[in-house]
Amino acid sequence: MSSANLIRVALGAYLLIFFSYLLGPLVVMSLTAFNSSSFPTVSPWACFSYEWFDVLFNDKHIRDGIYYSIVIGIGTVILSVSMGLAASIVLTQVWPKLRSTYYTMIIAPILIPGVVLGISTLVFWDRAGAFFGATDGSFLYGLFHNGIFLTILGQSSFIASYAMLVFVARLQRFDTDLTEAALDLGATHTQAFRKILLPFMRPAIASASVLAFLASFENYNTTTFTIIDYKTLTTVLAQKVRLGINPSISSLAFIIIVLTIFAALAFEAANRNKEHKLAVKKGKASERKSGILPSFMTGNPAAILLVLLAFVVIVMVGTAQKYSPETCKIEVREAKQIAIQQRIEQLKEARRLKDEAKAATQSDAPAAPTTAAPKNSGAFGNVFAPTNLSDEDDAAPKAAPKDGNGAFGNVFDPNNLNSE
Amino acid sequence: MSSGVAVDLENITIRFGDFTAVRDANVSINGGDFFSFLGPSGCGKTTILRAVSGFLEPSEGRVLIGGNDMAGIGPNKRPTALIFQNLALFPLMKVWENISFSMEVAGASAAERRKRADELLDMIALGGQGDKLPSELSGGQKQRVAIARALCANPDVLLLDEPLSALDLKLRQHMRTELREIQKRVGITFIYITHDQGEALTMSDNVAVMKAGVIDQIDTGHNIYDDPSTPFVASFVGENNVFRGKVKSISGNEAVVTTNRSGDLLSRITPAQVGNLKVGDDAMMFIRPEALELAPTDADSKTTITANVINEEFEGNSFSVFLEGDGGKMIKMSVPNLGQDHISARGENLSLRYDASNAVTMPAGELASE
Ligand SMILES: Nc1ncnc2c1ncn2[C@@H]1O[C@H](COP(=O)(O)OP(=O)(O)O)[C@@H](O)[C@H]1O
Ligand SMILES: [Mg+2]
Repeated sequence: MSSANLIRVALGAYLLIFFSYLLGPLVVMSLTAFNSSSFPTVSPWACFSYEWFDVLFNDKHIRDGIYYSIVIGIGTVILSVSMGLAASIVLTQVWPKLRSTYYTMIIAPILIPGVVLGISTLVFWDRAGAFFGATDGSFLYGLFHNGIFLTILGQSSFIASYAMLVFVARLQRFDTDLTEAALDLGATHTQAFRKILLPFMRPAIASASVLAFLASFENYNTTTFTIIDYKTLTTVLAQKVRLGINPSISSLAFIIIVLTIFAALAFEAANRNKEHKLAVKKGKASERKSGILPSFMTGNPAAILLVLLAFVVIVMVGTAQKYSPETCKIEVREAKQIAIQQRIEQLKEARRLKDEAKAATQSDAPAAPTTAAPKNSGAFGNVFAPTNLSDEDDAAPKAAPKDGNGAFGNVFDPNNLNSE
Repeated sequence: MSSGVAVDLENITIRFGDFTAVRDANVSINGGDFFSFLGPSGCGKTTILRAVSGFLEPSEGRVLIGGNDMAGIGPNKRPTALIFQNLALFPLMKVWENISFSMEVAGASAAERRKRADELLDMIALGGQGDKLPSELSGGQKQRVAIARALCANPDVLLLDEPLSALDLKLRQHMRTELREIQKRVGITFIYITHDQGEALTMSDNVAVMKAGVIDQIDTGHNIYDDPSTPFVASFVGENNVFRGKVKSISGNEAVVTTNRSGDLLSRITPAQVGNLKVGDDAMMFIRPEALELAPTDADSKTTITANVINEEFEGNSFSVFLEGDGGKMIKMSVPNLGQDHISARGENLSLRYDASNAVTMPAGELASE
């Protein structure tokens, strides 16, 4: 093999490993969302099932968490984008000697651990409340101890720095002559800002907003301190993991992954079309002719993938309405039942043998290993039992088996299995 | 159309920290004039223009536009419009929106703006191109859009900061004529900045020649070329041969200078320095290449130079003959091409003569660096 080929193979292998490392966990997690097994797992594969999506959509904590995450995300976008924009404009106009000091100060929140920011936000606004003489029950006190308000402030304290970095990069390419030209033509400073600088910054504002929203949405370290009695998606998930996890989390992950891919493909497809239009305008490419595919898809793999993905999702949603894994589940449960039966037989047999042996030697020593086994399984079983999660209003998982298993009563209810 | 408003700079000094960019400039520009500031790069031309347009306040002195003191009046309140060195067209706006920007900020309706923009587009011969983006125009077209945008604001004074420097030679020459025509048509005062003496001389009613923040001479292009008042102006504007020496005698406005290498030469004292030049002073005498010609054998030695030929170049309409000069500088003679094969041979010792009225003498000073 020539060395060029060797390098190519090595590179291919490297990429394969790299992408498995990067995407493998996501693929596995997505798969677990479709396994009826009550613990997120791929093997053993029980039944293909959509039930965890039902569980997810009926979980009030997660719904609330998503709602507050979005509310906080929007608040953080508004606050941090405006602060970041102001900071970046000041940065380009401060006296050069002070610039690096100012820059360090503005950038510092990125370097400070999120936990510290969270705690200090909490402490600072509590003190601020005390300073303004806000007493318990007053509006200010309520505001300064409101989880949503504090979380927006806490997150914005460092997300604004990220936004500023995006703006500074864009501003460095701004020709200040343009502002002067606007002033010279009679514009006020406000008009020059609104009509010249702001339109120039628009793409940066869009990307900073997306960045700020994502950073806010996935933030845990700061939020966990500032959220107080509210919940965001991340704090709900963290809580769930502590108490026991079930595949409804995987189904949420799957939805997020699909949405992300969707957005990325849509963006890419739109971009390619725009580039193509530009090229056509400059005479560097010819107008696409729509052959088998509609014209916006020809020569645009991203658009094709986008349409395929949309198709797959529609098919999935469609089948989810019809498909019922109950027969499969029953089989699996029967198999499990049989396995358990066998296990019990084995244990009984082992105990009988041991008892016989004991009887042969001494009569009153406790049989530690045999009692330990059921206890262990019980402990783990309880941790991962879906019943733990569905403490208040999780009607679906209980309801679904009831409907499906009506004829069999509750014998095959997974809850029975796990929690004995 | 406004009929032109006068601009006066009174004792303008502009400092940046310890650095003085403009020193004690006094200029008075007549209404409706095409006035140029000419000087090498970095001499403070843009700085003066920024003081006129209001982007910076002079450290000392006053700017008067139409007799009104402009102190404390911002750029958006002055009756000036500036055409930037890099044009500064708004890249995200269409051409017509660019042109009518001054109306937009004044609150005019879109229909009014479009109408005026289309009129101006017709004037600059870009009719029908209003919906393009500036990036879709050529250099010369952008140039004209910038002019139209400035004119749309109905300024009393149009300020132009080296507007042609980005264009290629052909277009530059074409735009010179065009600018001058536009100025005549609209009749407003143009203040034009350039480091290109050709531009300044062809377009301007009056030219101020600047050197390192100081204005050396203000006059018509013709007078600046013929009667430079300082060695800097003489060497910066057009080509010139310099002869250094000491003043031997003065009679009226004529002086005899004992030059370092060509003996005693007769010349006229440049008008601005008559009375300033004394016998025995260090002096510089300048003769333009086109004022030199081959001398007949009986020529007057007071207006004759002899030197060895170094090189000869054929330039189409003329021959340039380079001869050994004084202080490492060459003497250049320009001879019109009237069908000769050549003028001289390398190494040949030539005698050249000139009219004393075509040679100017002035006190020695700093020359423009080439
Ligand atoms: N804002 C400023 N701060 C400090 N120095 C400046 C500033 N603007 C211009 N200068 C200096 O003033 C001198 C003249 O500049 P300018 O007027 O731009 O020259 P030009 O004749 O080439 O247009 C230059 O040496 C330049 O470095
Ligand atoms: Mg300049």
